[in-house]
Amino acid sequence: METTRQVFEGINVVEFAAIAAGPVIGKHLADHGARVVHVESHERPDGFRVNYPPYKDNKPGINRSGAFGICNNNKYGVTINLKTREGIELAKKLIAWADLIVENFTPGTLKKLGLGYEEMVEVNPDIILLSTCNQGQSGPHALHPGFGSHLSSLCGFTYMTGYPDRLPYILYGPYVDHIGVGYGVIAAVAALEHRRRTGEGQFIDLAQYEAGVQFMIPALLDYSINHRVVERDGNRHSFAAPHNTYPCKGDDRWCVISIFNDQEWKDLCQCMGRDELILDPRFKTIPARKKHEDEVEREVAKWTSQLTAEEVFKKLQENGVKAGIVQTIADLFADPQLKHRGFWAPVDHPEIGRCHAEGPPFALSKTPFKIDRPAPMIGEHNELVFKEFLAAGKEEND
Amino acid sequence: MKEKIKLLKDCRVLDFTNETAFLCGKILGDLGADVIKVEKPGGDESRNLGSFYKDIPDPEKNLYWLSYNHNKRGITLDIETETGKDILLKLVEKTDIFLETFPPGHLKRLGLDYTSLSKLDPKLIMTSVTPFGQSGPYKDYRGSDLVFTAMSGFMSVLGDPDKPPVRPTLPQSYMWIGMHAAEGTLMAYYHRGMTGEGQHVDVSAQAGVTWALSIAPSFFDLNRELPTRAGSFITGRSITGAKLRAVYPCKDGYLSYIIYGGPAGIRTNKRLVEWMDSKSMAPDYLKNKDWNKFDIATVTQEEVDQLEEPYANFFRTVTKEEFFQYVLEHDMLGYPVATAKELLEDEQLKARGLWHEVKHEELGTTITYPDFSTKFSSIACGFWRRAPLIGEHNEEVYGEIGLNKSDVLSLKKANVI
Repeated sequence: METTRQVFEGINVVEFAAIAAGPVIGKHLADHGARVVHVESHERPDGFRVNYPPYKDNKPGINRSGAFGICNNNKYGVTINLKTREGIELAKKLIAWADLIVENFTPGTLKKLGLGYEEMVEVNPDIILLSTCNQGQSGPHALHPGFGSHLSSLCGFTYMTGYPDRLPYILYGPYVDHIGVGYGVIAAVAALEHRRRTGEGQFIDLAQYEAGVQFMIPALLDYSINHRVVERDGNRHSFAAPHNTYPCKGDDRWCVISIFNDQEWKDLCQCMGRDELILDPRFKTIPARKKHEDEVEREVAKWTSQLTAEEVFKKLQENGVKAGIVQTIADLFADPQLKHRGFWAPVDHPEIGRCHAEGPPFALSKTPFKIDRPAPMIGEHNELVFKEFLAAGKEEND
Repeated sequence: MKEKIKLLKDCRVLDFTNETAFLCGKILGDLGADVIKVEKPGGDESRNLGSFYKDIPDPEKNLYWLSYNHNKRGITLDIETETGKDILLKLVEKTDIFLETFPPGHLKRLGLDYTSLSKLDPKLIMTSVTPFGQSGPYKDYRGSDLVFTAMSGFMSVLGDPDKPPVRPTLPQSYMWIGMHAAEGTLMAYYHRGMTGEGQHVDVSAQAGVTWALSIAPSFFDLNRELPTRAGSFITGRSITGAKLRAVYPCKDGYLSYIIYGGPAGIRTNKRLVEWMDSKSMAPDYLKNKDWNKFDIATVTQEEVDQLEEPYANFFRTVTKEEFFQYVLEHDMLGYPVATAKELLEDEQLKARGLWHEVKHEELGTTITYPDFSTKFSSIACGFWRRAPLIGEHNEEVYGEIGLNKSDVLSLKKANVI
């Protein structure tokens, strides 16, 4: 029998978290049915509300942030001033109500407020506390302040992005935060599964830096074994050619083509109507094409520049060649495949109006995600959460 | 203290993934699952990607394979043969999670798709990772790291404006995809624990890379603004559209320093100017700047350029290590642009016990790997076993479904395993 139960129905989550690394974990749980309460205060609102564009129509306002919006759909927003005794008491009531707490303050901050793991366990013995921060809760650099936007440099990603003769490029946004989010979701679900089996909660220490290192393993092995530092090399690939971006018709429009073997090369030549290139000794094998890479790329670019990126993509993919469009964000919102997956979920926000939340990259056949509410306005759900949720208590939902 | 437990110790995973989703099974293995990586007889093609141990091009020495297949046992099996299919069905009887990356429809033609297998075992979870998903207009299209980086939009925000967009040279998309596949799989597994019900998890590689774009989509969604590539600079911090430099050349490489506002940013700028002044490299207008009036959200390009020029001159005179030690000691924001070398030497990662020395008897050496990065108080995560050799656990695993040594030998001769 099909069921409409969502994965995390009955699970209560409270976030003492801001910006991306903490809140996006809660967002994924909320998309799958958890009741997620995002805690901030008027004195210290979530940094994404006030410190970063975009704001709707470029007019700053506490409820007009797109960054906050994309990280917090389907949550309940409350305000608690954690600098007051009453605030701490209220926070403890929420902790008692919760199954999982997500926090991404500087290590030790919650403890100083009287809301450390031990204090949480006093009010809720089987609570799960997920602490996520840049460098982890321990170690000599634990308290060193840092933001995700350049943590990608410490993690090694910056150095290997770009061209050998230019400065390395910085990856967009807080790249490593979002790796930490993936590992955070994994940790949260693992801890919930552990609690399902044993009835016990636990403490989780997640360092975004260390999560980022997981995406670097091949480069680490190459260095420790072969003493080779992976150098940035544009879009080229040591064992594939052609493998690059190529210009297309239109303003700043590009496609990508990646050819890993001689059959794919043959298919590409046929698509280009250039059968004579298949047996051209300069291009016949991968080593030959690597040797004459500039020439092979010129031949490909000659063909792509007469077509739109969409035409190249369709023509090549219909013939089994691995090709793509360098999609802009505007393209993503119009992408028929993402549309088919319901990836951009429309929500109506009281101040922003119609906007979109981003669905998960996986579709669960029997417990699909549901996005039906925008990110909360500041303090929007104080009454609902403090009066109804807390009064009803935890048991009702178990 | 209570002993930590291997969370997924009673969970059996069959892993039919290619390079696009190795990380998914590895994460389940890190959490204690018995993951069996299934390869074609002779080994997977993915054993030939990227670099090799001491540059010896041998499928048993592939570094990408070693990177993301530890904590798995390895068997070979040709499921296109009738015998192979029967063996697979026997294995499935003892399987909780089936991971696969075949093109959509391929398993259906073999009678091994989710619909068929779930009839035999309704509790089965199947996770299918494909370039674009199981259905939809692009479902039959193919992919590579370059294609996913482009189609996800991630590439559109990487690169210099006067050059084509780029991807990170070390492929990133496969890790994003494998990580997300593990999230979806664990959600399905938790749901199964609650209800007894299995399900199909349909992962799209394209969609899997989009969170690498962070909040960029909201610029277009709200205001029809298009974040584009800005090279070594970051954008989107000031409503004036000012670009902020994020990478500076230094004495022996590069540094990452970004002008921030807020308390940490202002403290950092003030202390940098003091440091520069101690070396007589701070112009008067920097020394006299009223940082308390500095507002990153409205800063203009002119003001930014005026700050960054002397910063750049100063950074050329310091090394990565000097810079990193200074910002650590003075509570400032900033990092070296590190390479694998610096990661392996990093004091913090060492102190946290991230590195794990693993003996490779078959190579006659030890290799340093990072452990699973999350520290749980009650769940044991670790490095249980190195990546398997081709068919290394054939006898062991096939023994568990009642095949003896001579059965295994004849299957090998028949090229079924």
